[in-house]
Amino acid sequence: MTTEYKTIVRDGLWENNGVLAMLLGLCPTMAMTTSATNGLGMGLATAVVMAASSLLVSAFRSRITQEVRIPVYILIVAAMVTLVDLCMNAWMHELYKVLGLFIALIVSNCLPLARLEAFAAKEPVLPSFMDGLFMGIGFTIALTSIGAVREITGAGTLFADASLLLGPAFKFMEMKLMSPDKGVLMMILPPGGFLVAGLLVVCKRILDVRAGKAIQMGGAHSAA
Amino acid sequence: MKQQSMLTHGVILGTFCLGFALLLAVTNRVTAQDIAARALEDRQNSLSQVIPDSIHDNNPVTDTVAMKDGQGNEITVYRATKEGKVTGVAYEIFGSGYAGKMKLMLGVDAEGKVLGVRVLAHKETPGLGDKIEVKKGDWILRFSGLSIGNPPVEKWKVKKDGGQFDQFAGATITPRGVVRAIREGLEFFAANKAQMMDMNASNAPMKEGH
Repeated sequence: MTTEYKTIVRDGLWENNGVLAMLLGLCPTMAMTTSATNGLGMGLATAVVMAASSLLVSAFRSRITQEVRIPVYILIVAAMVTLVDLCMNAWMHELYKVLGLFIALIVSNCLPLARLEAFAAKEPVLPSFMDGLFMGIGFTIALTSIGAVREITGAGTLFADASLLLGPAFKFMEMKLMSPDKGVLMMILPPGGFLVAGLLVVCKRILDVRAGKAIQMGGAHSAA
Repeated sequence: MKQQSMLTHGVILGTFCLGFALLLAVTNRVTAQDIAARALEDRQNSLSQVIPDSIHDNNPVTDTVAMKDGQGNEITVYRATKEGKVTGVAYEIFGSGYAGKMKLMLGVDAEGKVLGVRVLAHKETPGLGDKIEVKKGDWILRFSGLSIGNPPVEKWKVKKDGGQFDQFAGATITPRGVVRAIREGLEFFAANKAQMMDMNASNAPMKEGH
């Protein structure tokens, strides 16, 4: 059992990382990584949705027939997104003002759907929940890293407005590394997203090669 | 199990839809009150930035008149009153920027002078056009106290177009859109002053943003 969970954790965070290895969910990845804080917030919201929908799909897996599984998965993901959207609007309003527009984007993120189909539809409830959660956390790490690189190079800050997202106690995270005039504006604009995401994919592959592992092509592992 | 009929699949899908619809209905019910309260706070916040506390003894969020602006948008005019007289109004104005529509809140006093302007929403380029936000620069504050006539209407343009307002380095379209929106907002006030100032104008039922 424990080795199974270790694999799930390592798969989600690194080996089979949703963005850096499988290259899934690139739409929110590009849209929301203009700063590390935005990436973190979007990642956490996605992780909640993924954990909840994986759990539900796994719990109902014997009731969902092959023929209607895709509509049911989409229904579950959409319902979870709406749930998160309403709750955040009501009880985490400052965060909602930052992320609100992009929460709905989670429905169009193919990563949750891919994990439901590849994992939660076959596995028991607890491993499915863990898979959704750690795939979500891996997604969060990727988005926060891309956001951090774009924010530092583009605006000269790191984790700006993090206190809006996490509460005033996290004011210490907000850093000003250089004057904003020195930033390369392009990094915050869409081209920067593609450049940084591509560079991070390369970095991950170099690290994997150094570690002596064969490179897995995107998606090949999850389809197995 | 292999040969399940169409009906079975339909029933399964229908049951899931019903179940999740119920779940969402309950959540909607539970959160509705809090969401409405947050929306009201937001509106109060943006209003208090363009209507100083000293000029009213009412709550402008609840004293509203529904009107149609020059472009045909339904807008809500929030009114500040003191001792039974309208001392100022605030309403949303719209400008077209470099990357689409910009939404601003304009506060005007009874003489038609700008009390304050704030940007509520925009999609302008970060680092260039976003200097219209009060968080990023004090450009937007320069409009306070101005009116049509001060400067004269033909000077309500950015410098590049022969007016008196600075554009930013690298961004002309954004400030041009803002200046134009404010000018049109003030002209709207001039044209509809009587209705806005009428103490008997009926309160419009509050409409939610969604």
